[in-house]
Amino acid sequence: MAAVDDLQFEVIYLCQMDLQMRLFRVYSKEFGNAATSVAANPDATTVSIEDPGETPKHQTGTLRGSGREEDDELLGNDDSDKTELLAGQKKSSPFWTFEYYQTFFDVDTYQVFDRIKGSLLPIPGKNFVRLYIRSNPDLYGPFWICATLIFAIAISGNLSNFLIHLGEKTYHYVPEFQKVSIAATIIYAYAWLVPLALWGFLMWRNSKVMNIVSYSFLEIVCVYGYSLFIYIPTAILWIIPQKAVRWILVMIALGISGSVLAMTFWPAVREDNRRIALATIMTIVLLHMLLSVGCLFSFAFWSMVLWEVASTAGKQNEQSQQEN
Amino acid sequence: MAEAEESPGDPGTASPRPLFAGLSDITISQDIPVEGEITIPIRSRIREFDSSTLNESVHNTIMRDLKAVGKKFMHVLYPRKSNTLLRDWDLWGPLILCVTLALMLQRDPADSEKDGGPHFAEVFVIVWFGAVTITLNSKLLGGNISFFQSLCVLGYCILPLTVAMLICRLVLLAGPGPVNFMVRLFVVIVMFAWSIVASTAFLADSQPPNRRALAVYPVFLFYFVISWMILTFTPQ
Repeated sequence: MAAVDDLQFEVIYLCQMDLQMRLFRVYSKEFGNAATSVAANPDATTVSIEDPGETPKHQTGTLRGSGREEDDELLGNDDSDKTELLAGQKKSSPFWTFEYYQTFFDVDTYQVFDRIKGSLLPIPGKNFVRLYIRSNPDLYGPFWICATLIFAIAISGNLSNFLIHLGEKTYHYVPEFQKVSIAATIIYAYAWLVPLALWGFLMWRNSKVMNIVSYSFLEIVCVYGYSLFIYIPTAILWIIPQKAVRWILVMIALGISGSVLAMTFWPAVREDNRRIALATIMTIVLLHMLLSVGCLFSFAFWSMVLWEVASTAGKQNEQSQQEN
Repeated sequence: MAEAEESPGDPGTASPRPLFAGLSDITISQDIPVEGEITIPIRSRIREFDSSTLNESVHNTIMRDLKAVGKKFMHVLYPRKSNTLLRDWDLWGPLILCVTLALMLQRDPADSEKDGGPHFAEVFVIVWFGAVTITLNSKLLGGNISFFQSLCVLGYCILPLTVAMLICRLVLLAGPGPVNFMVRLFVVIVMFAWSIVASTAFLADSQPPNRRALAVYPVFLFYFVISWMILTFTPQ
């Protein structure tokens, strides 16, 4: 039964297509090809017979776009103008459509890897935003790096707690699942609110002092997101319960990510008043340091400190009992 | 072209006539019959089909859905390249699996200690919001899979991890110890790999090839978190 229904649908569809083809042939015979006439007269609207699935908006949009590209080539503009025009055309969907948000995920695998590599190896003089992001900021990196970091911190804090208390007979292992929600709040707040504040501050300074370099909000979010990548291996290596190792790891992570941020934002505040520029950079680095203290230390360090305090108190208790 | 054809007798005309100016001059009806009636005779048959499922017994309805769910379980356990999960998606299987997993993973409700395992609601929320986030991510990256198809695949591929949870609970009845832990670790790792392979077999084809790793990584993270919750489950 299904096959006969399909056949009937196909017959109806073919009749419809045949009718459309005949009408199109009649039109084209009289007026020539629609595409060439648009190239000669770019402002004309074309009425073309379309497939049932297409919308008329798409068709006129692409035709007009191709007309503009031809004008560019005719005028002999160089690549930068063309990329600017195309970049301007890129984000033209209104913000309530799905396509608008798709423009923020327009990255390939190798691009994400390149950006991560750039955040791990800060070279003095090379700006992370200009070199890697190049007016194509993405939200994939910041979102998933933050998500991975949250779970890395929660898991490694749990594991280090377990390893410290290994061998104790009275210790009952708990998964400490609530730490995930606390870590999520802290990290997502840092990755989104601090760039918002910094962007607002830079916009305000831009209105007072003319800066050559200015970043959009998404580019700042991108830099902060990718700079947090170094904390993922740091959090995993924090399972090692040696204090010296942990301090060294934190210093390395802070150094790398802090320098990436500082080198990115130094060109943006360079032309400003010397004191304000230095204060801005110091604030950025200080907030980064607060993040590492808040997250890494609180999850593993304090539990270790508490354990040491408890164990020394227990030993003193035993000694005083033995003396008595 | 268009302009030249229309006015061959006026060589001095500077302004071209606008397009479709001669539209009113065309008469099509002489050549091609445009009138007609297109009826779709299948409509009445669809109505018959609808009323036939309304009159069947409850047993038939439930068994039909259960068989569909069971067939998809088989497809997950033996992952091959087939379209059954994608074509006839349903969310019954993911719901059953998620409720089972959350019931087994939740901490004792009478236990009011500060830190411990997840609540029932936390597991439920993690599974469903994780699946929704991954689906949104793969759609934003340009995948051509539909929203509910992706949810269906991700939900069904939790089946190996649910089996791992059952095995872990049985193993834990034998009492804690390092051997106990190694067995549980091995089982969870094997089931985790099975989940990843099953979901990648269904989902990877829907992404453009230069973004496949970007779409598969969140799936890996999702199943890793669920495996972690299963592995660290300790009965009170």
